Amino acid sequence: MRRSNQQLKTSSFVVQWEFILLLIFILFNFIMSFTHSNYLRISNLFDTTFIFSEKALVALIMTFIIITGNIDISVASMMGLSSVVLATLFRAGMNIWLASLVGLGVGTFCGFLNGFIITRVRLPALIITLANFSFYRGIAYVILGDEAVSGFPESFLYLGRGYIGNSPVPFILVFFIVLAVIAGIVLHRTKFGRTVYAIGWNENTCYASGIPVDRIKLLLFTLSGFMAGVAAVFITSRIGNTRPNIATGFELEIITIVILGGVMITGGVGKMWGVFLSIFLIGTIRYGLGLHNIPGQYMLIVTGSLLIISILMNNLIVSYVEQRYLKAMAALEQGEDLPVEPAVEKGGGT
Amino acid sequence: MAECILELKAITKQFPGVTALRDVDFDLYRGEVHALVGENGAGKSTLAKIITGVLQPTEGQIHYEGSPVVWENPRHSIARGIAAIYQEPAIFPDLNVAENIYMGHQPHRAFTRNISWRQLYKNTNELLETLKSSINAKDKITGLSIAERQLVEIAKALSINAKVVIMDEPTSALSISESEELFAIVEELKAKGTSIIFISHRIEDIFRVADRVTALRDGYHVGTKAIDQVNLNDLIQMMVGRTVQNLFPKLDTKIGEESLRVEKLSKKGKFKDVSFSLRSGEILGLYGLVGAGRTEVAKAIFGMDPADSGKIFVEGAQRSIKHPQKAIDLGIAYVPENKDEEGIILNMDITSNITLPILKDFIKTGVLDRTAEQTTAEQYSKKLDVKASSVMQKVISLSGGNKQKVSLAKWLASKARIILFDEPTKGIDVGAKASVHKFISELAADGYAILMISSELPEIMGMSDNILVMHEGIVKGYFQRSEGSQEKILATALAD
Amino acid sequence: MSNGTERSLFARFAGLRELGIFIFLIAVVVIISIRSPVFLTLDNIHDIGLDAAILAIVAVGEMMVILTGGIDISVGSGIGLSGMIVALIIMNQWSIPPIVAVFMGTAIGGVLGMINGVLVVKAKIPPIITTLGTMSIYRGATFIVNYTVNKGKWVAADRFAPAFRTFTRDTFFLVPNLILITIIIYIIFYYFLNHTVTGRKIYAVGSNPDGARFAGINVDKIMFLPYLLTGMLVGTGGVLWVSRYTSAQTDAAQGFEFMVITAVVIGGVKVTGGSGSIIGILLGSILIGVINNALNLVRVSPFWKLAINGFIILMAVIVDKYIQQSVNKRLLERRKL
Repeated sequence: MRRSNQQLKTSSFVVQWEFILLLIFILFNFIMSFTHSNYLRISNLFDTTFIFSEKALVALIMTFIIITGNIDISVASMMGLSSVVLATLFRAGMNIWLASLVGLGVGTFCGFLNGFIITRVRLPALIITLANFSFYRGIAYVILGDEAVSGFPESFLYLGRGYIGNSPVPFILVFFIVLAVIAGIVLHRTKFGRTVYAIGWNENTCYASGIPVDRIKLLLFTLSGFMAGVAAVFITSRIGNTRPNIATGFELEIITIVILGGVMITGGVGKMWGVFLSIFLIGTIRYGLGLHNIPGQYMLIVTGSLLIISILMNNLIVSYVEQRYLKAMAALEQGEDLPVEPAVEKGGGT
Repeated sequence: MAECILELKAITKQFPGVTALRDVDFDLYRGEVHALVGENGAGKSTLAKIITGVLQPTEGQIHYEGSPVVWENPRHSIARGIAAIYQEPAIFPDLNVAENIYMGHQPHRAFTRNISWRQLYKNTNELLETLKSSINAKDKITGLSIAERQLVEIAKALSINAKVVIMDEPTSALSISESEELFAIVEELKAKGTSIIFISHRIEDIFRVADRVTALRDGYHVGTKAIDQVNLNDLIQMMVGRTVQNLFPKLDTKIGEESLRVEKLSKKGKFKDVSFSLRSGEILGLYGLVGAGRTEVAKAIFGMDPADSGKIFVEGAQRSIKHPQKAIDLGIAYVPENKDEEGIILNMDITSNITLPILKDFIKTGVLDRTAEQTTAEQYSKKLDVKASSVMQKVISLSGGNKQKVSLAKWLASKARIILFDEPTKGIDVGAKASVHKFISELAADGYAILMISSELPEIMGMSDNILVMHEGIVKGYFQRSEGSQEKILATALAD
Repeated sequence: MSNGTERSLFARFAGLRELGIFIFLIAVVVIISIRSPVFLTLDNIHDIGLDAAILAIVAVGEMMVILTGGIDISVGSGIGLSGMIVALIIMNQWSIPPIVAVFMGTAIGGVLGMINGVLVVKAKIPPIITTLGTMSIYRGATFIVNYTVNKGKWVAADRFAPAFRTFTRDTFFLVPNLILITIIIYIIFYYFLNHTVTGRKIYAVGSNPDGARFAGINVDKIMFLPYLLTGMLVGTGGVLWVSRYTSAQTDAAQGFEFMVITAVVIGGVKVTGGSGSIIGILLGSILIGVINNALNLVRVSPFWKLAINGFIILMAVIVDKYIQQSVNKRLLERRKL
């Protein structure tokens, strides 16, 4: 019994998603470094993290949401709205930091609204966040129309553009890593993280075990809005100006990052380090494409394909593991000590 | 000389963690009513699903109308005239009665596949008339009661001119008069040459209607006999393998103070004016048919689906319970009927399942203390004799009985003192059943207050100190252990 | 027991939705025409019709997808891609009859739809993920195809045969071609969804996929079909789009999927599938066409469109849920205890 269990365990580690991701990451970078002389330049590598750091921040919370079996398609629109609110208030004379706080508040409120409708009215997260995807973006357009806002103060611009001291390490990267570590600890080691996984597997049992499922979901969606607000501050600062269409299309990449990172869309499965790897993998893909001057539209195709391929691979692996498991169980049934009930009296028939 | 229309040879069916059927033979004559009996988990439903093609056997063959067949999906068996009426009717809530009955084979013009609606409604109404029902073809299915829905299911079988009809627990939700109507229909079908596989718990029904009876136990085929060659005890012996007495080792316990009391608990459409009192050390049995409202009462007490009105008293103090968390804090536990859906999380390990309601007890400097969790899990697994290689094992790989034990261990670990069991031995094989019963008795002896919902009369009678009987949402009777007899309780539960 | 009152409650309810939209439509029309006399002129109605037509065509497909419990957000990109491909094919002033161009589009769209269908049904990728992915892939492909063949230049009106340019507006017995095509499509699909066995199976699968399987329905086939059909309708719409706007742009129909879903949701299709009528979505499409047109006339800035769109979906879905809940409650109460 122990033998077979271990067999199953080691083979499933090798087949483990995150491990494969690691291999692909190393392989990809290895190959790319030969194709372009500038690939391995440290300053380049660090600079490339600027572009995906905002998405990475949102991916952290998206991981939690997808593990619970939900999804939030409105994150990019919440980013856009936060950014627009922030900028408009700033333009109207408000202190930039205060404006940022209000923008953050708006994002958080949008997330809260998502969660409220989903848990109170009991509608699928998909539809509600899809509707708000339009709604929040629409409000951004109503506020700012076809104008742009720029002219942010240096101190603000530092957030998204600055480095730590004289090193080539971007501030936002450090910020992200700190948050990622915290997120990882929360997900894998705390009571909250455990309940997130449990909800993803079986909401009903969780509810029947006293877990405040609705409250947790509400919290997660609110946090999603909050992180969107944080990301909005960073992206506004990095780009230096904002329009209502800022961050358009980000949700695709963020969701792809999370799913590519080994988080199953059906919920209950996923590791933070997988998402972490995935962030850097997609970042380096974009970096590589950029160095070779491949137009951005190809990234669209790459991202879309990655999303689909991730789930395809996922499904294949799941069915493969299931088959092996069934075979192992069948083999074990033929004898040995197994967790079946001792049949009391097998009197009567065959 | 009876002609065989269906023959199953050496059927084996394996699932992860459990073998549902082992080397089972079964045959069915034309025009006979062949009853299939066995305890929960004996394999009856699995056999039915293999006959209809919902499941495929791991080993064995099926012969239908003389030649071997392989059903890859229900389409094949339906096309050949096999209809099944399951316990939970597979209905389409958005469609009306006629479409529910005729979905997939609506009367239509051959070439264009154009549905003739007029014909559809006409056929449906005719069918419903033969069943002596007042349902109309255009009614929306959601408005029908369980009994009416079962009638629709029967109409479905008639609509495909089925040669074989499988009825899985057809009378579980029917009143006495509705059951009689069902039996009349069964006779009519028989007269037309239709063969019927009648799966039921109700021994009385079987003696009423069947020609032959086959008993399954633990996935084995125990035996097949003509109905006039067996009596009640023979049947129970075949099903259970031992006499009834040994199954329920009820200990004599001292009954203590009142632990739980409900007064006039009501919920629109589910139950009305339910009142009872439960004392520590007492096992109160709650008996009734499917749809009687027993689960709903338990869920109301547990805060999962709170009542509209009425009072709940825990240890004498009135409490408002609107969420399971509150009930758990008050020491109430609910062990659900459907353990796979509400009792355990299949894909998580035993430890995580057991510590689920009490995670906050394991927090050390902000994070969970995994070792402490495992210690607790091992402690309670041992107490309940859960058979697994370690507490790290995923619950999905355990047998039904062990899954139920994990579900129970969770509540013991949460230090609940009032436990509401909902069909605690449903779907469990006999060996585990006895050990669950033993355990429940021990709990009562320890001073736990226990409410046990069950639809198995022998279980209720063997285990309970007192028995409550519910029917259609209302408490119809209350019996003390000594007063209750099978007939009295059954009569109360089935009364119109 | 159940009959009389039950039937009338539900009969009333089912037709209620369409009636409701219709009344709302009339109300909007009345209000707007007071504010803006231009509204009810033949020219304007003509415009509204053309605007709503393509929306209505694609909405039929989306409705079938949602009926089976899925969703397709790649329709906008699909319109762009199929329109672009056909435009690039016919752009050198070939005198192909425009209807042939439309059929080309239908075929191409069919392929796009098949890809969605295979991924959802065979590869078992959830529809939202599949179509999120193909939405980007098709859009990216539109850029690349355009870049490869035409060096990034959008296909402008002068590259098309005159017959094609005016196709949507040209009339056939007084009815603009585009409207005619829309009517034909609606007749076909009304018949399909309400009077054929396969059409009814679509409702069954959305209502109870497991039950459908037990009833012997080939659930895989029924779930695949809507994606294929949507693809074909998208392809048709794509070519008509190019003709109507007399140019093929790489960002054509961007965001269009949300207008389509709005039309479907307003039309009363349950978002979890299983119920909804084709008349409803026709009215829904017209309503959206009217609202869009009205917004323009009343000089509401176009920037409100997106917000209003999202808001409408939100409201429609929430209101539907409340109605469903209160109907269920009423049902429970009827049960005599």
